[in-house]
Amino acid sequence: MSVSAVDQRKSRQKNQANLRKFVRWLGTPQVLLSIIMLAVMTYMVIIPLYRMLVTTFTVQEIDLRSIKDAEVGDFTWYHWIRMLTGKIGKIMTFQPLVHSLTVALGATGLALVIGGLMAWMVVRTDMKGSNTIHFLATLPYIMPSWTIAMAWEVVFKNHTTGGTPGLFEFITGTVTPDWLAYGALPIIVCSALHYYTFFFLFCSAALLSIDSSLEEAGELAGASRWRVMRKITFPLIIPALTSGFIMTFSKVMGTYGGPNVLGVPVKYYTLATMLRSDTGLGNYGDAFVLAIVLILFAMTTVWMNQKLVGTRKSYETIGGRGFQAEKIKLRNWKGFLTTLVMIFQFCIGILPILVLLYSTFMLRSGDYSLSNFTLAYWIGKGDIKINSGEPGIFYNPKIYMGAWNSIKLSVLTALFTSLIGVVLGYAIVKGRGTRLSKLVEQISFIPYVIPGIAFGAVYISMFTKNVLFIPPLYGTFALLVVVSVAKHLPFSARTGVSAMLQVSKELEEAAALAGANAWTRFKRIIFPLTSTGFVSGFLLNFISTMRELSLIILLVTPTTQVLASMTMRYQENGCEQQANAVILVLIALVLIGNFIISRFRGGSLAKGLGAKA
Amino acid sequence: MNTTITIKNLTKKFGDLAAVNNVSLSIEPGTFLTLLGPSGCGKTTLLRCVAGLEEPNSGEIYIGDKLVFSSEKGISEPSGKRDLGMVFQNYALWPHMTVYKNMTFALEIQKLSKEEMDKRVKESLAEMQMTGFEDRYPREMSGGQQQRVALARMLAYRPNVFLMDEPLSNLDARLRMDMRTELKRLHHISGATTIYVTHDQVEAMTMSSKIAVMKNGVIQQMDVPDKVYHFPANLFVADFIGNPKINLLPGRVVEKDVVDISGVRIPVQTFKQTGEVVLGIRPEDISIFTSPENNTSEFRAYSVLPSGAETTIIARKGDLELTVREMGVSKIKMDEKIWLSFKSSDINLYDKESGNLVTS
Repeated sequence: MSVSAVDQRKSRQKNQANLRKFVRWLGTPQVLLSIIMLAVMTYMVIIPLYRMLVTTFTVQEIDLRSIKDAEVGDFTWYHWIRMLTGKIGKIMTFQPLVHSLTVALGATGLALVIGGLMAWMVVRTDMKGSNTIHFLATLPYIMPSWTIAMAWEVVFKNHTTGGTPGLFEFITGTVTPDWLAYGALPIIVCSALHYYTFFFLFCSAALLSIDSSLEEAGELAGASRWRVMRKITFPLIIPALTSGFIMTFSKVMGTYGGPNVLGVPVKYYTLATMLRSDTGLGNYGDAFVLAIVLILFAMTTVWMNQKLVGTRKSYETIGGRGFQAEKIKLRNWKGFLTTLVMIFQFCIGILPILVLLYSTFMLRSGDYSLSNFTLAYWIGKGDIKINSGEPGIFYNPKIYMGAWNSIKLSVLTALFTSLIGVVLGYAIVKGRGTRLSKLVEQISFIPYVIPGIAFGAVYISMFTKNVLFIPPLYGTFALLVVVSVAKHLPFSARTGVSAMLQVSKELEEAAALAGANAWTRFKRIIFPLTSTGFVSGFLLNFISTMRELSLIILLVTPTTQVLASMTMRYQENGCEQQANAVILVLIALVLIGNFIISRFRGGSLAKGLGAKA
Repeated sequence: MNTTITIKNLTKKFGDLAAVNNVSLSIEPGTFLTLLGPSGCGKTTLLRCVAGLEEPNSGEIYIGDKLVFSSEKGISEPSGKRDLGMVFQNYALWPHMTVYKNMTFALEIQKLSKEEMDKRVKESLAEMQMTGFEDRYPREMSGGQQQRVALARMLAYRPNVFLMDEPLSNLDARLRMDMRTELKRLHHISGATTIYVTHDQVEAMTMSSKIAVMKNGVIQQMDVPDKVYHFPANLFVADFIGNPKINLLPGRVVEKDVVDISGVRIPVQTFKQTGEVVLGIRPEDISIFTSPENNTSEFRAYSVLPSGAETTIIARKGDLELTVREMGVSKIKMDEKIWLSFKSSDINLYDKESGNLVTS
């Protein structure tokens, strides 16, 4: 054999070896699953984002009136210039941006104070009824985010918008001042009351996990109690505060319900409500510019969080096994403070529901006398004088359709989310340390930084056209499922990963050594050991999808209405009683779901929320 | 069960770090080979490469005549086809299965009959003295019992090679002693080629037919325990094996059979090396006298540490400190004068530069 022939054979052998190695690599379950997930996530997240960005740079049909000699599809800076400069920029972008920031910062700050203070009282003082307080604290959060806003409106609305007076006016006889009825203040308060749960749960968990010896060491060193709190306790819970802050901030930035109920009537637009009004006009180019602005802001906050807290996160693993610090004795204040906290919680957790319920019994809104009492909105057969002839909730086919859609959407979303969670968890955990696994984890995280309404907007651009062989989904129910599943991706990944991490890798390796192939290992070992995690994940997703509004408000059509979007529609059409009745139905469904959860996992939604965060 | 294991030029990298660095070794049938070394030395990685749980970067592995891994040929047999059984550090019993199910998992995959499975489970449990535990769940057993079940599970599917990754490290001292006895008997009866990973030198010394001491992914010495103990191939092995630790004393060759250690002249066996050396002598190889004798040097008993069966004496002379071991309870008191003698045949000399053994 000549030298070159030997070389040739060698190189052929090498190629063959590499090919075999590659095929084997491709055949490893985690690699295969990673690649499938990358494809799915590209379709659900990357392509929509890309399409949205492109839309802002291309001429749309609606723009032909304003741009001369342009054709649809041409490149243009028009949307960006229009939305970011001059008078239009000020009205359409900057003012709503300022409003959004005001509301988000205000609500987050207020929620932090309320939640942090309550957490401290429950964990660190000998206050009574801490279990009850814990339970009540989760109540506002499991209700739809705009529940309190709607109750607020029932109580505080005034004549400004030409409507009927609220309960406050009826009782006190004085006109509710505008600043109390609509705009920044009520939005801030209502959002804070909804989101304080985050801070409460995060802070109490963090406070509980601090090893008391850390604080005792401080006290032994001669520091006063106040100094210990300032210098030791507080720094230790900063990570919890920051993650609560980021989460609340970006949620409020993208929230639609509250600002729509309490801001839009007085033209107090936030980015979210402005976004809706632009898309309502079919002005997608403009709307997407707003969406991108919103996304950029949300991304910045998350980025800042990681810069600020990143290395400090390690605190969270400290302690946990330690002893609890001695509780501060409230002495005479005990009863008073306990009562105060409970009254507060009643006012924000239960009173709003009672107010809403009360309002549904009024024939004409604003008239609170007994003669105005009616059950028409619940069991009316459809009187032309009431609510444009729509029958009461229990006889209204539209409501049944909406409820059915809500349930269907929640079940499907929860199902797919859990399924994807299993796959993501497996792919990420088994591939730990590889670049592929990191990529999958990072992409699955993207929806986290996109505010709900912007995510909905992203989907408009995507699904009006074909994507490869997948038909346009706009206007279909499937689209609502896709967007909900996509928005839940970060949660899927997290549940999946934490469930998988609980199965030590030796358990699977032992099965591999016993001769089990990947599918058998999954079926017989991994799935049975992780399924409980996924069941509770399923139920949590069910609830959170049920009360989701911001995400789908831009995507629902008359046939795909869900309860959440129906309340908004009735509200906007000025039919307050019907809107309130629908939200009560929604809350009832959510509570039933929550009841099932607590049956399932020993009564702790708080735990679930904590895990989710 | 006559399975040889041959490893050729095996390298496994994590990033830039070679956890296993160009290791070649051959394990005779029926050998109980212990991979011994401090944590991070690559012993577990090497074992996992053999098991097929890690894919090496290069090299070849044969189990019996079967080539199970070759980077050049692009071959890597899955773990299940290598005919191995493995016991993990944390036992890896499947928590959702009973002992019986744990044990029949592999047998079901092998499609054995129900009778055969029952028979194997029974035999294996009896072997590990766990008869009657079939219906227990892992969490309903103690650590020691779980360990026995893990071993029984491995025995049930009758692999030709046993792999054990620090199987005793989660047990308390008493149980560990018992399990050593059991494991050694198990190997004695089955005769299966065994690779055992541990950082515990006592385990290695007591159970192995051969020990491979590893450091930084490289095998430092592979030999029978006696040789590893009495003739450590280099300073690392010398220092790692033995408790109390070997005395390692830097010195200089002054005559062809005399080494000077900080002024103490110690006779050694004739050898060619000159210059700087390190002298290694085990504490029990130093004889201790309460009065001067031939070829002794005077020391001071700096500390006396009796522990029942033996007494450890720390002897000092100037800067020189030696550990001496005496059987039984010593009569020597602290600060007493003592005289030590060194038998030249018990002394190993190491090159100071390379750290390698220069006497033999």
